[in-house]
Amino acid sequence: MARAVSTRRKITMTIIGWSIGLLIFFPVMWTILTSFKSELDAIATPPKWFFFNWTLENYQTVHARSDYFRFMMNSVYLAVGSTALGLLFAIPAAWAMAFSPTKRTKDILLWMLSTKMLPAVGVLIPIYLMFRNWGLLDSHVGLIVVLFLINLPIMVWMLYTYFKEIPGEILEAARMDGASLTKEIVYVLTPMSVPGIASTVLLCIILAWNEAFWTLNLTTSNAAPLTAFIASYSSPQGNFYAKLSAASTLAIAPILILGWFSQKQLVRGLTFGAVK
Amino acid sequence: MGQITLDKVSKSFGSTDVIHAVDLEIEDGEFVVFVGPSGCGKSTLLRLIAGLEDVTSGRIMIDGTDATGLAPAKRRLSMVFQSYALYPHMSVRQNIAFPLKMAGESKDSIERKVADAARTLNLADYLDRKPRQLSGGQRQRVAIGRAIVREPAAFLFDEPLSNLDAALRVNMRLEISELHQHLKTTMIYVTHDQVEAMTMADKIVVLNAGRIEQIGSPLDLYRNPANRFVAGFIGSPKMNFVEGDAARGQGGETIGVRPEHLDISTTDGAWKGTVGVSEHLGSDTFLHVHVDGQPTPITARTGGEFTLSHGDTVYLTPKAGKVHKFDGSGLAVR
Amino acid sequence: MATLQTKSAARLMMAPAVIALLIWMIVPLSMTLYFSTLNYNLFNPAQTPFIGLTNYRFFLTDPAFFTALTNTLKLVAGVLAITVTGGILLALLLDQDFYGVNIVRLLVIAPFFVMPTVAALVWKNMMMNPVYGTIGQFLNWIGIGAIDWFSAYPLTSIVIIVAWQWLPFATLILLTALQSLSEDQKEAAEMDGAGPVSVFWHITLPHMARAITVVILIQTIFLLSIFAEIYVTTSGGPGLQTTNLTYLVYSQALLQFDVGGASAGGIVAVVLANIVAFFLVRIIGKNLDA
Repeated sequence: MARAVSTRRKITMTIIGWSIGLLIFFPVMWTILTSFKSELDAIATPPKWFFFNWTLENYQTVHARSDYFRFMMNSVYLAVGSTALGLLFAIPAAWAMAFSPTKRTKDILLWMLSTKMLPAVGVLIPIYLMFRNWGLLDSHVGLIVVLFLINLPIMVWMLYTYFKEIPGEILEAARMDGASLTKEIVYVLTPMSVPGIASTVLLCIILAWNEAFWTLNLTTSNAAPLTAFIASYSSPQGNFYAKLSAASTLAIAPILILGWFSQKQLVRGLTFGAVK
Repeated sequence: MGQITLDKVSKSFGSTDVIHAVDLEIEDGEFVVFVGPSGCGKSTLLRLIAGLEDVTSGRIMIDGTDATGLAPAKRRLSMVFQSYALYPHMSVRQNIAFPLKMAGESKDSIERKVADAARTLNLADYLDRKPRQLSGGQRQRVAIGRAIVREPAAFLFDEPLSNLDAALRVNMRLEISELHQHLKTTMIYVTHDQVEAMTMADKIVVLNAGRIEQIGSPLDLYRNPANRFVAGFIGSPKMNFVEGDAARGQGGETIGVRPEHLDISTTDGAWKGTVGVSEHLGSDTFLHVHVDGQPTPITARTGGEFTLSHGDTVYLTPKAGKVHKFDGSGLAVR
Repeated sequence: MATLQTKSAARLMMAPAVIALLIWMIVPLSMTLYFSTLNYNLFNPAQTPFIGLTNYRFFLTDPAFFTALTNTLKLVAGVLAITVTGGILLALLLDQDFYGVNIVRLLVIAPFFVMPTVAALVWKNMMMNPVYGTIGQFLNWIGIGAIDWFSAYPLTSIVIIVAWQWLPFATLILLTALQSLSEDQKEAAEMDGAGPVSVFWHITLPHMARAITVVILIQTIFLLSIFAEIYVTTSGGPGLQTTNLTYLVYSQALLQFDVGGASAGGIVAVVLANIVAFFLVRIIGKNLDA
């Protein structure tokens, strides 16, 4: 944008831009505001915008439902566990594809992508039955494995596109300098691709955190994450808007912040490198 | 020691043959330059010696032992890459120390060797900087530093100067030559620039389409090119080639004369032509002369103060004994 | 760049990921395929006789299937229409230079990070509820009168919620594509006498064409299997009005315990998704070479 924009045009654009931005953000903002209201203020007509008795009682109520933190911790376990497991599998695979490509590399990458497109319902029943037979229903291990497998193609793809940007000569230099394959990956490749690995991790945590098909179908209470916790509010009981808002705010806040940080890398991950 | 022998080394990628059964003898302490146009296989040949690629057939001997199947790290060779290939996340000190660390040397000895290398290469003030904070020339020196600390049997350079600007390239050329005189270690240097080859090499290997066209000292190649390709590749500006009756009169299908071996006259001579473009460099003037019956203009070098301009008539005469004759297949006729 | 040693090491390092995905894809899918030929009900798991393609015949001739298929297509088409047009407009907006454009961008992409269950419940209760919902109160205030969204327009309501969630995705990708358009090209077009509208039609839009295709295909893959939004809001109802293919299979399997029938449905869903996937993979594959 080298051209100067006239001030009037800029102000008009500012007004339009902010109005639309706030309109789209409104449900999130309203949820956050409502979470600080009393239940009565939450359903007041006309709606109370900022002038109400700000209170933390909803958060205390949600907190008091002792199981809230268990759901929250389950979300953390599942997201972090599946992502860590994913890195262990994806880094070596992406290294191989980026730096030692063969004629079949492209086919393997595309095949991995195609597994991502398999609709979950297609495999819901066997997975459900297998989990039931092996006692994995409502267990952390079972869900971590499922989430790991769902995100693995995205991880391999993202890491692959980042690794591709590292010049092969640097790895060759390490090889000439006497580094073994493991040392080459540990001392040279991994430190060089920290930004890429970090954004891959962020995206996978976000996706795992928000995953709602398997987490709803394979858990009941013990391993149930926040998606299931929130779903338990689907049948309204009395006045619950403010409490729903508080629980929702707690469920989305960490991911919203993580997401804002990783927005640039998101495009690449979500389009499998097709748009950079 | 750093004596390297290539014995019928071939390389194919799939069905494309990139290197055709190359035989080559590199003596200890020699500065050998592989030169040729892009795609001639010179870099591939270097990478085969380095062990970064497998040979398809043939053997590579380093100091009398068969190194064909050895991993790059085991060949006691150091390489300086075109992009320098410095580790961006490490300081200059860590970069230079990396090969020593990989070899498991003690901290003291690493520190001493890094300091030595830094002194030799004038890098002492930059040891704690990251590569991105260095200029192109400094990066190049770090890459060389990383190569010398290992005290390798031979150094491999893959077009190390092509990313530098012209002035720096001349400097680094001298520095590498000095380094060679100082270390007396075998060096194999790949370039597409015949000026680098001529100025640095003890021995030049001219490659074309995966084959060695000629091996020899720079002046050897300049004076006695074995064929048309070498004749045209070595020397700047390029040798002029003349075909047809003028050539047959001299006893070859084609004859070649270097621009510096043409006498220029305004009154009489062997070939009559008109001046097209004249390039004045100050020290020299290059005339591009359109000679009757020749499809391409002939380049002639003359003194800097020469005053002929576009459209003037001029006569060119090859100096006696400086005419290269080639037969129908391009081989030199002696 | 590779020697035999690095090549074999590479194969070894690729193996775990490939094998894991291979198992994940083949084992359950072949089991689904197998179950789909059985008369298999969890109420009577001891007897699972082979019945050939009967499950498919039942599933495909069940009026519920046709309704679900229509709903699925309506859902996908509706959300795509909103997100692609909205995404292009928002991308053009965010490509402008105005005060706080970076903050507005954060506001616009926020919905994408909202958990589907949260998004659905917040919209259902706090936005679309006819009495307490903000939209209802707004419509009352301007005199139109509140709408009971989920009773009157259940599928439309779901389309709105899902579109809100996916709008940021389309915007972000189209914005990235837009910003990769060189200013030179636009300036060259302006020098050639093109106005802003012609520049948009002849330069900008064609430049974004591939990104738009990618958005459409990727979203379609995800939208074909929308589940959580339906699960927490309408449970597929009223009647079958918001039941899509995914939800139909789910209810047949885990609510009616008809494993055989649900498996046949699952296979049908896989086939449908593969048709879309086929095109997506080709586009991305082409891009790999570039």
